[in-house]
Amino acid sequence: MLRKSLIAGLIAGTALMATTALAADKTSIVYIPKNTGNPYFDSLVQGFVDGCEKAGCTFTTAAPATAEATSQIPFITAQTQRGVNVIAISPNSPDALDQVFDRARAKGTLVFAVNGDITGNTQHRDAAILPVDFTKTGPGQVELVGSMIGYEGEIAILSATTDAPDQNAWIKDMVATLKSNPKYAKMTLVATVYGDDEPQKSTTVAEALLSKYPNLKGIIAPTTVGIAAAAQVVQSAGKAKTVHVTGLGTPNQMRPFIKDGTVSAFQLWSPYNEGLLSAYFAVAVKEGKIKNEPGATLDVPGLGKVTVGPDHVINTQAELTTFNAANIDKFNF
Amino acid sequence: MTPVGSPKPVDALDSAGQQPTATVSAPQSGREFAPARPIWQVLLIRPETVTLALLIGAIIVGSQLSRFFLDISYILESSTLYSEYSIVALMLTLVIISGEIDLSPASMMALSACVFASVFQAGAPIWLAILASFACGLAMGAFNAILVIGFRLPSIIVTIGTLTLYRGLAQVLAGDRSISHFPDWFVGIDYREILDVPVPVILFTVAAIIVGLFLGMTIPGRQIYQIGTNEIAARHAGIRVQRIKAGLFVGMGLVASLAGLITASRLASVRYDMATGGELQMVLMVMLGGTYIFGGRGTILGTFLASWLLVIIATGMTVANIVVTSQLIVMGVLLITSIIATNAIYARSQR
Amino acid sequence: MMRLTAGIGALMRHREAGNFVMIVLLAIVVGLIQPRFLTLETLRNVMLAIPLILIAAMGQMMVIIARHVDLSMGSILGFSAIVAGMMFRDMPDVPILIGVLVAILVGAGLGFLNGAIVTLFGLPSIIVTLGTLSLYRGFVFLISNSRQVDPQFIPRALIQMSQTSPILGIPWLVIIAFLTALASYLFLDHMRLGRQIYALGSNPSAAPLRGIRVVPVTLLVFTLSGALAGLAGVMYAARFGYVNPGITGVGFEFTVIASVVIGGVSINGGVGTVLGTILGVILLGMVNVALPLLGVSEFWQSAILGAVIIVALLIDRSVRISGQQALAAERSAR
Repeated sequence: MLRKSLIAGLIAGTALMATTALAADKTSIVYIPKNTGNPYFDSLVQGFVDGCEKAGCTFTTAAPATAEATSQIPFITAQTQRGVNVIAISPNSPDALDQVFDRARAKGTLVFAVNGDITGNTQHRDAAILPVDFTKTGPGQVELVGSMIGYEGEIAILSATTDAPDQNAWIKDMVATLKSNPKYAKMTLVATVYGDDEPQKSTTVAEALLSKYPNLKGIIAPTTVGIAAAAQVVQSAGKAKTVHVTGLGTPNQMRPFIKDGTVSAFQLWSPYNEGLLSAYFAVAVKEGKIKNEPGATLDVPGLGKVTVGPDHVINTQAELTTFNAANIDKFNF
Repeated sequence: MTPVGSPKPVDALDSAGQQPTATVSAPQSGREFAPARPIWQVLLIRPETVTLALLIGAIIVGSQLSRFFLDISYILESSTLYSEYSIVALMLTLVIISGEIDLSPASMMALSACVFASVFQAGAPIWLAILASFACGLAMGAFNAILVIGFRLPSIIVTIGTLTLYRGLAQVLAGDRSISHFPDWFVGIDYREILDVPVPVILFTVAAIIVGLFLGMTIPGRQIYQIGTNEIAARHAGIRVQRIKAGLFVGMGLVASLAGLITASRLASVRYDMATGGELQMVLMVMLGGTYIFGGRGTILGTFLASWLLVIIATGMTVANIVVTSQLIVMGVLLITSIIATNAIYARSQR
Repeated sequence: MMRLTAGIGALMRHREAGNFVMIVLLAIVVGLIQPRFLTLETLRNVMLAIPLILIAAMGQMMVIIARHVDLSMGSILGFSAIVAGMMFRDMPDVPILIGVLVAILVGAGLGFLNGAIVTLFGLPSIIVTLGTLSLYRGFVFLISNSRQVDPQFIPRALIQMSQTSPILGIPWLVIIAFLTALASYLFLDHMRLGRQIYALGSNPSAAPLRGIRVVPVTLLVFTLSGALAGLAGVMYAARFGYVNPGITGVGFEFTVIASVVIGGVSINGGVGTVLGTILGVILLGMVNVALPLLGVSEFWQSAILGAVIIVALLIDRSVRISGQQALAAERSAR
């Protein structure tokens, strides 16, 4: 077994060397997702692949088995050693990667945070490619659940981990929106619970929500694992008519629940476009076509004109996409 | 090449490493007509030799896999990612030679580091935080020792329990947040270099020499072998078995908290999930180094070589862009084949 | 001190009774704090929380009774689940029953491999299965190409096993779990081979003298454990509706070992009952359902699990000691 995989590795290694040698002048990009086996990132990787094909760059992806903070470090060091031009990464930690980033950048590698930023430590990366203006997520989700429950009744939030920076920012916005906008005055947020993005734990806390709050009308789960677990729980408890589940999820994960009416609508953005845009942006910066500074603009085929925002943040789309029975079959990720 | 194979420490370790051979061959000389085993066989049929051969083989394969691999500064840099585990593995070698095992050190690293970070964050001076971390390591090691030696529970199950418990307490203490903003002098231990060698690598090498000398040259060190070979006989021979074993478990706690602090410095932040799954790697280092899982045999030299072997394999595969799934498979296969090989070699030398 | 341990031992000698009292006490205490705990819905949630663990616990129990342990269970579960899931995805016409059988067979195969390595080389199962834990997880990623099996590919009829019920509102999943437990009981208590597992575990070195063929029995125990983990794997797909290579079954072995040990199965082999294990699984399942309902931070869960394992070990020891003392007293009285 060992020998086999070593031989397989040998072949793969030689093949890789050949491609890098051929394409020595092209910009080389590596993308490091949070972990392997996560369908969300498969779609993002596809965006990179297609983007690189059109923009003209070489692309590889490498991911750790677990999404913990330190598991990405060996990959960053290895890619720096390989001399890639651009490291695009969906960071597992907002602070544990700073030093490795700095070391890579000192060697001339561009570091892009993709899909999530290293909030508070943004000076350690060159740019961030984020799907959407995240300040719109919270209010958008509140409006969506409000429209489902007639803007009246108890709602709860089922989130990822307690320190997930994006989710926490959205939850803060949701709370502020509920308080400030009179439209939502009759809606009360009864609980915010955390499922740690584990199916088992998410299921247990979702079940606890249902039994603890019998008058619950809606659940917002702004995380792909959470929304699937909540939908499954509501469906199997036979409460799809009384408890409305929504949040952020991927079409493939949510398709059965949309089809059978358990969930009427949910939101997300296109991870594919994030990969696509990152590829074009990387090539443009590396080839000196644009400067990586706020205000610079770039034309991306299929996405139109994008602008580098303050703090080197680029958003791939203006608004969240809402998926429902009418449009879900148009998406496959 | 100097730092890895600097001849002096290896020599010292090797002489320490000769110890078990002596005990093994002792009964053989008692047999009247048994011909003396040729010296080359004694040297060759040793687990450490196998480890060394694998190490050389891995370096050759690694250099074939990727042209980016054979770069000493890169290998040294990568090895700092594993030196915490390597340091703990040295201590774990002693525990396993004594016939016990400790599966909780990765969790102990996490909890003591969380204690350190929490105390520091509460506004205490950093030396106090470091002290608290070691106190925590001491307490955890002592708790393991009480359960294993005081209550005579099997260490393998006890430390599965404390593995869960300590990790859980770390989570209770630090929650899900990551604690950072330590002073500049504390962070980045892997960036500090002495003669172009990162400090964690030096710490590991020095620790290997000290532990190796202790095991091979001191009386309590050699008694560890006797305890592992036959605990009852050791007790009859007047060895304070309980005291030595308790010392080893407490030592594990202290070494784990040192490793936790090194990790905290390297990452400049602390989270409860630090070193998750590290116990597999540590056990793997000890097993690959030829320490006998049932106790009584093993050397620090073996563990030292095995740590480098793991660094080379992991680094070589990552830099060659070999998917992480094959790495899981290689780890598992290595662990199983290494205990099979060690078992076979010891069974042979016992005949 | 001696008297104290002996007292606790006498109390706990009947572990089933002790665990049953604990379950009732827990229900009352939690019910007093949070009245909503004492509802049919909670009962349903507890019931749904335990089947996977119960099925796997039956296998782990047999392994531990034989004085071994299987740490690779979570990876076997993951492998069987992904194989079954991929079958449903790539061959939509395959009947569910075939998928279930394949999952069980695949699990049995991996379990057999564990047993073969342990018996062939005379190695400690804990280290072997620590290795296969990593190895089998690698297989999961490899065979699935690191891709999740999405919910749309899991047959509706399979998912409905955790929803629909043939009798008294008890979901199919729960019924399957308890049928598995019943089968395990009949095997362990009423079949020669089952009794041999106890004999092997209580004294491995004497087992051959008593006519027990150690290697086949050990192989059987690991194979059964793998098969049950495989069944739990396909049940995972039924319960959660999808299979992910990096999530499904990760860390599962700790929960299973904890419930088995809480259920009074002795880590020194030879001791343990199906009823005790069932109660252990229910007790742990109740704790897990009660914690979020009480508003206890989920951070405590792992710590509580660890503490519970250690307490169960200490109780196990005091039972053993008091048992030995009772035996000694009996002998000296004679």
